[in-house]
Amino acid sequence: MAEVVCKATRESFGIALCEMAKTNKDIVVLDADLAAATKTSIFGKEYPERFKDCGIAEGNMMGVAAGLAAAGKIPVAASFAMFSTGRAYEQIRNSIAYPNLNVKIAGSHAGISTGEDGATHQCIEDIALMRTLPGMTVLCPADHYEMMEATKAAIKHQGPVYIRLGRLAIDSFNDPDTYKFELGKGITLHEGNDIAVIASGLVVNEARKAVNALESKGINARLINIHTIKPIDREIIIKAAKECGQIITVEEHNIIGGLADAVCEVTSSECPVKVTRIGVQDEFGFSGPAWELLEKFGFTETGIAKVIRETVKK
Amino acid sequence: MAESFKTLEYLAAKARLGAIIGTYHAKSGHPGGSLSAADIYTYLYFNEMNVKPEEPDWADRDRFVLSKGHCCPSLYAVLALKGYFDESELEKLRHVGAMLQGHPDMKTTPGIDMSSGSLGQGVSAACGMAFAGKLDNKDYRVYTVLGDGECEEGQVWEAAMFAAHNKLDNLVIFVDQNGLQIDGAVAEVCGIEPLDKKFESFGFEVEKIDGHSFEEIEKALNKAKTVKGKPFAILAKTVKGKGVSFMENEVGWHGKACNDEEFKIAKAELEAQIARLEAEI
Repeated sequence: MAEVVCKATRESFGIALCEMAKTNKDIVVLDADLAAATKTSIFGKEYPERFKDCGIAEGNMMGVAAGLAAAGKIPVAASFAMFSTGRAYEQIRNSIAYPNLNVKIAGSHAGISTGEDGATHQCIEDIALMRTLPGMTVLCPADHYEMMEATKAAIKHQGPVYIRLGRLAIDSFNDPDTYKFELGKGITLHEGNDIAVIASGLVVNEARKAVNALESKGINARLINIHTIKPIDREIIIKAAKECGQIITVEEHNIIGGLADAVCEVTSSECPVKVTRIGVQDEFGFSGPAWELLEKFGFTETGIAKVIRETVKK
Repeated sequence: MAESFKTLEYLAAKARLGAIIGTYHAKSGHPGGSLSAADIYTYLYFNEMNVKPEEPDWADRDRFVLSKGHCCPSLYAVLALKGYFDESELEKLRHVGAMLQGHPDMKTTPGIDMSSGSLGQGVSAACGMAFAGKLDNKDYRVYTVLGDGECEEGQVWEAAMFAAHNKLDNLVIFVDQNGLQIDGAVAEVCGIEPLDKKFESFGFEVEKIDGHSFEEIEKALNKAKTVKGKPFAILAKTVKGKGVSFMENEVGWHGKACNDEEFKIAKAELEAQIARLEAEI
């Protein structure tokens, strides 16, 4: 097992962009006055001629990105998820997704782990918004190593991609020597048939700890990491539904429109099973230190383990 | 080779007829603004832009973005006249399976450089294209046409700041100032004047012209090429519905097509103009 790296996925994203830019001259990175926070500043420092701060004008930034892509560039447009996907939703819809332009949209500070800034900045709707757009690929990587590979895959993919980045530094759990990122393919992190836990993003490692801890208590849960929410890995979900009989989804997003719905859309038509949804229960967040909020919303090992135990018992 | 102003007039009249035919067959669409902007499109495609209709995606071409995307019927007609696609497509405008969508679609229509239709967005895309040209040290130029009502959109001014800040002197913005928007006169709905001072204070070089005078369009575009380090805005005073007597300056002709009776009159008027101009060329 490789060393554990404690890094926010926004930083991994910035590092990966720099790595890609060494050989790919078409990459142009745009930000909307949050470069220091989204970590596109890492790229801006290394490639100032290919970095453009558009100022606090997200709608225009998405349009500029569309124009750059129409002229053959690979633009990456970053802001907080709230603003890149929320403020500029219609620009993404009409200027990027509809013409199917090769723009990579990054949303950092996604989820309630944004912390102290509170509800106005804790985007819990970004995946729902991006997932409804035809042709949009939606990525939600879980740790440093996965984000590095996901960013590279996003750049290589032809077409619009949304990639969700977190603010909080979190421990890595993947082994870079064996890790393989395949767009649209889920990864089984733990085998088991008592129940299937399907998680995405920052909460995957918490779910992993919960599943590992429950093993000694006689509960063998299957754990699946879904880094690509769209197109979703139907096969791995159907298999889990058939073999495990019930599913728990875990996401740092509203239970409406995100991973939970994406999973239910597959199971409802292919193999209807009970799905218990751990997520933000259709409410807004509030200010507080990230880990305290994660605990309160039930997104840490303890909260996830409790739901698994109770669900398996029923 | 540059066309004579008389020939441009002739081509613009044909483009207006194309817009009337297209919207009539579609039983919908936006004739008013299509007619006001027809001379600008005609000049750009026939006397200004470096394009290859047989190679629409040519990387070094000049680009055009119709930010006021709803005024595409006459643009489609200009593209057909220029040879991007067959004129017969115009009658299929807005029909199921048609190449010509209600608003410009770069995926289906050769010659359309950017999909547009949601107001305020095209001008940002034009900025992105101009910025790409600067990054690649290419000398292609980017042109865009906005509506005056469209200037009420905040994004237009975000884009204006971006264009000036990044010294996009390869970008020319036209504002088709026909003075009318859906709900009435622009001055009454939510006034945008003084538009020249607004663009100037946003860092543009500004020229005010008669948008139906090819001479003035030409002069302004030639001046634009001499300006370095600043984007260029051409505020073109126009007549909404220009060329069809009963549509001129009528707010009601923003977004509806001719009925059978109206179509006959409009067609006859434009055909008479075309015949007269053809004889004069």
